[in-house]
Amino acid sequence: MDQPNLKTTPLHALHQELEARMVPFAGYEMPAQYPLGVLKEHLHTRAAAGLFDVSHMGQIVLRAKSGDVQEASQALERLVPVDVVDLAPGRLRYAFFTNAQGGIVDDLMVANCGDYLLLVVNAACKETDEAHLRAQLGNECDIERLDRALIALQGPQAETALALLAPQCVSMRFMDIRTLTVMGAECIVARSGYTGEDGFEISTPADIACEIAEELLADACVAPIGLGARDSLRLEAGLCLYGSDIDETTTPVEAGLSWAIQKARRRGGAREGGFPGTETILGQLEHGAARHRAGLRPDGRAPVRAGAQLFAAEGASGQIGTVTSGGFGPSLNAPIAMGYLPSALAVLGTTIFAELRGKRLPVAIMAFPFIVPKYKRG
Amino acid sequence: MLKYTEEHEWLKLDGDIATVGITRHATELLGDIVFVQLPEIGAKLAKGDGAAVVESVKAASDVFAPLAGEVVELNRAIVEDPAIVNADPQGAGWFFKLRLDDPKAMDGLMDEAAYKKLTG
Repeated sequence: MDQPNLKTTPLHALHQELEARMVPFAGYEMPAQYPLGVLKEHLHTRAAAGLFDVSHMGQIVLRAKSGDVQEASQALERLVPVDVVDLAPGRLRYAFFTNAQGGIVDDLMVANCGDYLLLVVNAACKETDEAHLRAQLGNECDIERLDRALIALQGPQAETALALLAPQCVSMRFMDIRTLTVMGAECIVARSGYTGEDGFEISTPADIACEIAEELLADACVAPIGLGARDSLRLEAGLCLYGSDIDETTTPVEAGLSWAIQKARRRGGAREGGFPGTETILGQLEHGAARHRAGLRPDGRAPVRAGAQLFAAEGASGQIGTVTSGGFGPSLNAPIAMGYLPSALAVLGTTIFAELRGKRLPVAIMAFPFIVPKYKRG
Repeated sequence: MLKYTEEHEWLKLDGDIATVGITRHATELLGDIVFVQLPEIGAKLAKGDGAAVVESVKAASDVFAPLAGEVVELNRAIVEDPAIVNADPQGAGWFFKLRLDDPKAMDGLMDEAAYKKLTG
């Protein structure tokens, strides 16, 4: 790689040692795949355990100047249509910053760590997200970007592998977050992920990240996984990629993310509205949105990728939508995609058509997720 | 004889029939192949015409006709199981056979040494 301006994560040397193929991503030099290859890395994660370097993402602490985390939660609710106030200590949830049109500025995870909130945001947006937080909440909150690594360990063997280093992880449920000592270092561990598998996201001090990663990789069932497989895993899980499936022009309702808007923030709720785009979003929650993100399963084996045009019928002239993400799902052994369709046409089980290399290919509309998630709930 | 193109195809000539595939270097660049679309039998291709399509997990790639000829045979096994191309790109992973219009044109293509130099 010959791009001198790319940033590197604390695990960079490890990726090179493991002979990763490095690519630029969000201003960082990141592993796209290792010698195992995207397909096998994907399948390994679903069969055993995959280790991902996601240190490029932003980890931001939001701490009320008063020291009372409830104040930080109340403040954050001014920026997200999500119930943060009722998020209990030791729990995390999915959220998104919205704009005045109800569009999504970034999606993130927010965790209640007892004294403060920990936000994990997308790498490409972390500078603007931090500026947004400072501008909007800087009066009542201190905002601190953490200079730490973030390692995701995902798959049915993730718990067994992490338990060798941190036995208490076994008692964590899906969406719990705890501070655990791992190899003598204080790590923040969440039972969450971006793959549809059980797993953990581990925030570690930067200087011990490589050691922790190597120790996890020493377990025969843990393999290093690159961004290529990270994308195919999340696609199969029906999860959005910011910048592709959701952006400032898509509302959470259009994106099928209404489930993340808890009752307390909806019409009639204890803290109705009060976030950017309230009128649009609450209106769509009540009356529906004009378009909706749909799961797509092309006939045959050819992948239908982002940008492909969608039509209602084989001979139809009017484009009805565009694919926002698409690729091959190794666990399904079939191509899968997602895109926005007019709500009236986004009906499960119907067939629409995608244009691929000048021909119209039948595409079935399917529910998300494409695979069965294996979260350790309750 | 075995020859190569700058688009990372290989050809093996037997009489006037050339077997065509993509090189190991190409498969390494592409990554895991998930879909192959072959030309039709009987298709008459000019040099440089799009002949086949290969889709890997990441992206689509065209396979071009390295020389002018008529498609006389297809390797349907790689359509059924695209992984064969990654496993044995210069053997079992062949794509199609062309009856070359001008077998002598093979002389103008790169030999193995030249191809190795190109791919470093």
